[in-house]
Formats: sequence, C-alpha cells, structure tokens
Amino acid sequence: MAADYVDWLRREGRIAIVGASLAGLRAAETLRAEGFAGSLTMIGDEPYEPYDRPPLSKAVLLGKASPDHTDLPQRRDIDAKWRLGVAATGLDITAKRVRLSDGDEVEYDRLLIATGVRARPWPNEAEAGLDGVFVLRTRDDAVGLCRRLGAGARRVFVVGAGFAGSEVASACREHGMEVTVAERAGGPLVGALGGVIGAVAMDLQLENGVDLRTHVTVTALEGDSGGKVRAVHLSDESVVETDVVVVSLGSIRNTDWLAGSGLGAGPRGIATDAGCRAFDFRGIVTDDVFAAGDVARSPHPLFGYQFLSLEHWGNAVAQGETAAHNMICPATDRRPHMWMPAFWSSQFGVNIKSVGVPPMADEIMITQGSLTERRFAGVYGYKGRIVAAVTFNNAKWLEYYQRQIEQGAPFPVGYPTMDRRPEGRQPMPADFPDPSLPTHGPTVTLSGYSPADRRMVFTPAHH
Amino acid sequence: MSQVSLVRQILDHANRANPYPLYAELLKTPVVHDGEYGPYVISSYWDIESLLHDPRISSDSANLAAAGPDAMPQAEDDTGLPPSFIRLDPAEHDRLRRITNSAFGPPNKPHRVYDMQPEMHRIVNELIDGFGDARQIDLVDQFAYPFPVTVICRMLGVPREDEPHFRDLVDPIVAGLDPATRLAGGAEFQKKWQEARTQLGMYLAGLVEERKKHPRDDMLSDLANSHGPDGSMSTMEVLATSVLLLIAGHETTVNLITNGMLTLLRHPEIFQRLREDPELSIKIVEELLRYEPPVQIVPQRTNITDIEVRGVTIPKGSMLWLVIAAGNRDPERFADPDRFDPDRQDIEHLGFGSGIHSCFGAPLARLETQIALSELARRLENPRLVDDPPPYRENAVLRGPRHLNIAIDGVR
Ligand SMILES: Cc1cc2nc3c(=O)[nH]c(=O)nc-3n(C[C@H](O)[C@H](O)[C@H](O)COP(=O)(O)OP(=O)(O)OC[C@H]3O[C@@H](n4cnc5c(N)ncnc54)[C@H](O)[C@@H]3O)c2cc1C
Repeated sequence: MAADYVDWLRREGRIAIVGASLAGLRAAETLRAEGFAGSLTMIGDEPYEPYDRPPLSKAVLLGKASPDHTDLPQRRDIDAKWRLGVAATGLDITAKRVRLSDGDEVEYDRLLIATGVRARPWPNEAEAGLDGVFVLRTRDDAVGLCRRLGAGARRVFVVGAGFAGSEVASACREHGMEVTVAERAGGPLVGALGGVIGAVAMDLQLENGVDLRTHVTVTALEGDSGGKVRAVHLSDESVVETDVVVVSLGSIRNTDWLAGSGLGAGPRGIATDAGCRAFDFRGIVTDDVFAAGDVARSPHPLFGYQFLSLEHWGNAVAQGETAAHNMICPATDRRPHMWMPAFWSSQFGVNIKSVGVPPMADEIMITQGSLTERRFAGVYGYKGRIVAAVTFNNAKWLEYYQRQIEQGAPFPVGYPTMDRRPEGRQPMPADFPDPSLPTHGPTVTLSGYSPADRRMVFTPAHH
Repeated sequence: MSQVSLVRQILDHANRANPYPLYAELLKTPVVHDGEYGPYVISSYWDIESLLHDPRISSDSANLAAAGPDAMPQAEDDTGLPPSFIRLDPAEHDRLRRITNSAFGPPNKPHRVYDMQPEMHRIVNELIDGFGDARQIDLVDQFAYPFPVTVICRMLGVPREDEPHFRDLVDPIVAGLDPATRLAGGAEFQKKWQEARTQLGMYLAGLVEERKKHPRDDMLSDLANSHGPDGSMSTMEVLATSVLLLIAGHETTVNLITNGMLTLLRHPEIFQRLREDPELSIKIVEELLRYEPPVQIVPQRTNITDIEVRGVTIPKGSMLWLVIAAGNRDPERFADPDRFDPDRQDIEHLGFGSGIHSCFGAPLARLETQIALSELARRLENPRLVDDPPPYRENAVLRGPRHLNIAIDGVR
C-alpha cells in the first residue's frame, strides 16, 4: 500500500513548497531530477524568483554586483506554478491545505516548509521606522541600503557585530565611510566563534579604522524633526551622530504563520527528524510535512543528537535536497540529513571559514599559523573531542579538520603539524559568552538533549 | 605478483605506454610499502585527497632529505638557488606563493592569463602554419614543446630573440628531471645539468636587474618589484621562483597536450565533436587531467609524525608516493573509470593535485591545452597516428610520449 502511494505521488501527486528561496529551489530541482512528475507549487512572499543572499552583504554592498543580479542559477526547468508575492498565512495539516494572503488556498499531498528567517528588527517600532534605519536580509533591503549609502552617507552605524554586521562594516570602510559598530559582547563574531577569535576580529576592525564599541548596547535611535535618523544612544551614555543605521541583531524564524497548525514550530524553528520530516507539537513525526533550510532544526549524530538550527547557505542546499528525496521515495530509501555545518564569510580582506559547531566547544587550539598574522587554523574541543574548526585565510586545510570532526578525533591535538607555533601548543578557553545572555545571536543554535543523556529524569504526571 | 615487484614494474620503462593495469592492481592494496627503505605508495582517490590536505605531511626538501634516499628528481638542489615554494611548507610556502600569485592571478592580475588568449591563438597557428606541406609531423617537437615554452617566456618577459638560447638551457635541466637519464649520464651529465642551471640563473638575474630599473608588464617585473602586504622577494627568491615557473610551467603542459592529442586520435568520434564544437575542449581537458594526467605520481612528501592510512601505521619520516594517476581511475570514486568520457558530470580529478600545493599554473595549462587541441582539431586534415603506442620518455613521474608522429593530409 505504502509503495503504491509513493508511486502515485511521484506520478500525479501535488507538492507545495512554501518559501521560494535557496532551500525551496534546490528542493524543487531535486524533486524533478528524481522523477517527480506531479504538480509543483512554489509559494514565496517576495516578488522575485529565487535569489542568493550572501552577496547582499559582500559584492553588492561593495558595488561589484547589482542587487538585482544575484538570481540563483536554476539547474533545471522545474515546471512549477509560481505564486510569488503571496505569503502563506496558515496551514491545515488535516485537510492538507496552505492558506495564502490573497485568500486562495493550495492543496497538497506533501508539503515542504522552507520559509527561512527574517531579520530581527530594531525593537522600538517608532525608532525602527526612522528614515535611514535598515536591516539587511532581502534584495529590497539591499537596494534601499545601497541607494542610501550611494547618496552620500558619511557615517554608518552598525548595531551588532555578527557576521552580517561585520561584513557591512567592512564594505562601508572600503568605500571610505566612517563606521561605528556597537556590540554587546567583548568583540565581533564572539557569539559564533568565541572570544579568542573575536579578539582577532576586533583587531581587524580597529586596524581598518572601524570605531568599534564593545560591551555596550544601543539604547535608542534618535531622529531629527524630519523623521530621519541622526544619532545613536549607547548604554555607556555616549551618543554617536550618524546618517545611516544598519540593525544587525540576528534573525527570527518565519514560523508565525504556522501558529495553531499543530506542527512543532516556534521561535526556535520547526523541529524535524533526521530525514527532514516535521514533528507535530506532541513530538510525533508527520508523514507529509517536511522542513528544510534556516527555518528547520534537526538532530545531528555528530553533535550528540542535539537539534541544530543552522543559518548556513550550504545547509539550506543539502537539506532541501535531502527533504526532496525523502518526500518522494519509499520509507526504506530515505536518507538522513547529516550535513557537516560549514560557513564562510569575507570581511576586511580576510576569508573566514568554519566547519562543525564552534559554540558547542569550551576550548580552542591554534594548530597552524598564528593569530597575530591573521592566517591560521584553529580547532575547537569539547569533552576530549574535536567539534569544530575555523580558518582565517587558510581555507585549504579545512577539509582535513572536517574529517577529524567526522571521525571524532581527540582534543587536544597532540601531534605536530606544519606551521605550528608555540602559541598553539596548549588549548585555551574558547571564551563563548554565557548562552543565557542575549547577544545578536550566533548562526548556529544548539537546542535539545541527546536521547542517550541520562541526566534528565522524566516523571509523567499521574492523574 | 608480490607488492614490491608491482612498484618496480610501474617504474620500468617497458610498462610506460600503459601503466593503467598496474595501477588497477595497486588499487587492490591501497597502502603498499615498497621494501624496507622504500616509499609508502598510496593509490586510492580518497586517501590521496586527504593526504594532500593533511597538515602532518611535509613537502619541505629538508624533511625529505631526512626521509632517506630520494630516487626522484630534485630540481632545485645543488645550484645555490634556495628551494622554490613547491619544496617548502607554510609559512614560507604561503608567503612566496602569495607574492607570486599577485603577479599572476586575481585579485591583482585578474586578466593576465585570460589576456594571453589572442597571443596563444597566434602562436598555435604559427606553429601549425610551420608544418608546411609535410605529410607527417612529430607533434612533440614541432608543437607541444615549443608552444608552452613560448607562452611562458612571453608571460615572464623573456625576450623573444633569446628563446633559442634559453631553450638550450632548459633542455638539459628538463632532462635532469628524469632519474634514469641522470643515472645513465653520470658525473658528466650532472656537470652539464648544473652548468645549465647556473647559466639560466645568471641569465635570469640579468633580466631581473634590468626589470628592477625599467619595469614592464610582465611577471619578472612584478616579481622583482613586489611589495605587497607580504613584503618583497629577495633576488634569489625571485630567481628560484622564475626557474620553477619556467620548468614546471611548460614541462607538464607538453605532456598534457601530447596525451590529449593521442587520446583524441584514439577516440575519433570525440575528435570529430571537438572539430565541430571548440567549446568541447573545456570538458575534454578536464577529463584528460583525470584520464591521462601529466604528473602521474607525487613523490615529494613525507610525514612529520606517525600517521595511519587505512589501518596501516606509517612511521614518521617515511617517503610517501601519492599515485594520482591511480586515484584518478579509482572505481571507488569514479564510475567506469577507464572510459574516456568528456561528458562526465562528476570530474573532480587529482590531475592538478589538491590542497596548498595544487598546481599554481592550472589556469594557464588549461587554457593552453584547450586552445592547442581545438586548433589542431580545426586545422589538421585527416590526422592519423603513425605508431600506437608512441615511444615514451623514460620518466614515470612526468609521463608522456617522447615523440608523437602523426600522418596528415595537410593543414587547413
Ligand atoms: C546578508 C546575508 C549574508 C549571508 N552570508 C552568508 C555567508 O557568507 N555564508 C553562509 O553560509 N550563509 C550566509 N547567509 C545565510 C544564507 O543566505 C541562508 O542560510 C540561506 O539563504 C537560507 O536559505 P533558506 O531557503 O532556508 O531561507 P531564505 O533564503 O531566508 O528563504 C526563505 C524565503 O521564504 C520566504 N517566506 C518567509 N515566510 C513566508 C511565508 N509565510 N510565505 C511565503 N514565503 C515566505 C522569505 O521571504 C524568503 O524568500 C547570509 C544571509 C544573509 C541575509
């Protein structure tokens, strides 16, 4: 019976994908590549065909690419009904329908949710609405920001020194603009890579002329009488005049539209099993609803089966492909999504790459190169194992460390390596901020417990 | 067949024309230790690939010397020149390679290779015109050798009129890359070889001096006057780098072009497709780098600590030979690996190595070979192999035909 259903589904079933961006597109392509012949509907609230986001804070801001030209290459014709510029507003998993903002409904046999995340806005709505205050997530955001920067902005204020904020600061400095960056933690990138690497990123910014303020928070954005932003107030009582504010406070998962649907979806994303099938709110896996990309969180065997939410380009691709495969294959052919987390960034002329889950670690060792030269490989350790690695301008070695993580290689690293300096012989505290304190948010979030973790005692209530 | 004899057989010139059955045999035992003091021979794709990214593996000539008698060529030794970056580890390697790259590729010189394209077309067509109305040509001597040498001269900034002199110096040096020639030639050859290197060094030193005073748009000028974030190269470093670029830069391309033509003449239907569609040369060259890589073995590596490969512990300071030509035909990695198939989707070959030492000149070699093969296909009338297999050079590492005689009905 089940096999018959899959056969039928592949031939004439209806698949809907909500979220017409990276994960959604790659999933659609995979569905067709693997022989799905039924009808496919792509629902996206943005008016554009799928485009690529990483260039928005890099090449686009640098003026090397136009924001309108970051379209994702489509690897094959996906023959889909496109519902662009229309948001999904609700989901009925019993009737298998997606409700749309224009009142329409889309029926499906299988559904993929790939709604990603949105930029966390400045919390004070009136201040967020001031002219000159931006976030950077979408093509429209990039168009607006570029236009303003091109129109003679002299000083830019970046709130939050995560990857995106730091890339914005880098691009603006390259254009010769004055840049101030405020960060609650002790340095840039601290949430994602820890304090040791954060200190390197800090030197990088200072050397490149960024006015970097750490251990401070922004308390208010101040506008002039015309409703245009003119100054930023900080918790150390300083005030910085500025023409443009870029709010880079991390992201919010696009799950609001699923409220009341019965799915296990909330602020931390949509929980799925290793095969991308969404859980319902009771923790029971659904059969027909899948999730992939930034919006999903799923257990990873290499990291203690903790649920990982990843805001990584490569994860969106791999998870979209796995979800698509699993949507149209018999149960026994399903594949787990076991992608090794990997991330890149480029800022101030430095190529930064990481694999694994740095925030899981408590210690770090610099196994190659040197922090002061900003050309190094660092390895993160947790409970005697290598769990992540980062390189600055040294990416060709990363593959080796990835294999070490996959093999659960021991930490600290006891053997010699090429270009190992005295500073790298001993592990040191990786210096991640206390996860219970708010920061702009890392791009990897660990949540949940290992099924093997016996410290938890669960006592069901007896009625 | 014992494992020891397998490695010997690969080195034996008698098997040069088709070593692939031996490689297939080798793949059955992914780690072969050849004799008590001999190298550890690694042949499977994934093992080679991971060793090329392994920070416990050294390319430093000093570490290699300590690893025991080196049967393989030592291009940079004994001439007073410091080792070039191919024989160094980070951080020195990184510094020199970066400075060299700033004279060669992005971001500083994004167009240097690309802009050579019209020039390359011109050189190729001059050489083909030079065949005249001959009915038979030796593709090696008349084409595959002079073309890349001319290109690298142009790129470095060696004057055209010096080319014959310069070639006289390169010839013995290249011959010196062949261990058999070195052995057979004895002390006399050694002397000749050394002289050629010294003279080449002096010749280049003259050019470098001149370029320091009057820089032009060429790589020697850029290397001599480099002063980026990494500082500048010493004069000796500039010379060592230039010698490396000259020799590594063309010696491999000769074989790539020759192997390419040989392979195409053995696959006439693909040759015909190339004649109709020059763009196919891009895919053909990629597949060639997998199927007939000009560098067959990377013999210049040693491990600075004990390492384990497929359960075999290789003790610190061993000689490692990475047989990339075997890895490129590893059935664990490539479907139907012995088939020459330019339409392959999955073509991540090891032909240019991988990791920090991956071929510096790859973009140049690719473009040269694409142009060479597509123009040969376009212009040669009815080309046929005269001898198959052709006579091969001695060298097992840089493998390729010594001559490739082709009968033609004329040139278009
Ligand atoms: C400026 C920037 C720079 C980045 N740089 C890097 C980098 O260098 N390296 C890296 O690894 N990653 C980077 N990323 C992250 C990477 O872009 C994301 O991981 C990736 O885009 C995730 O793809 P996705 O398809 O899951 O989500 P998204 O790309 O966010 O797509 C989700 C789509 O769904 C739409 N949507 C949301 N809700 C609804 C709804 N209810 N109905 C219909 N449609 C909806 C959204 O509007 C969006 O178009 C960057 C991101 C940004 C914004």
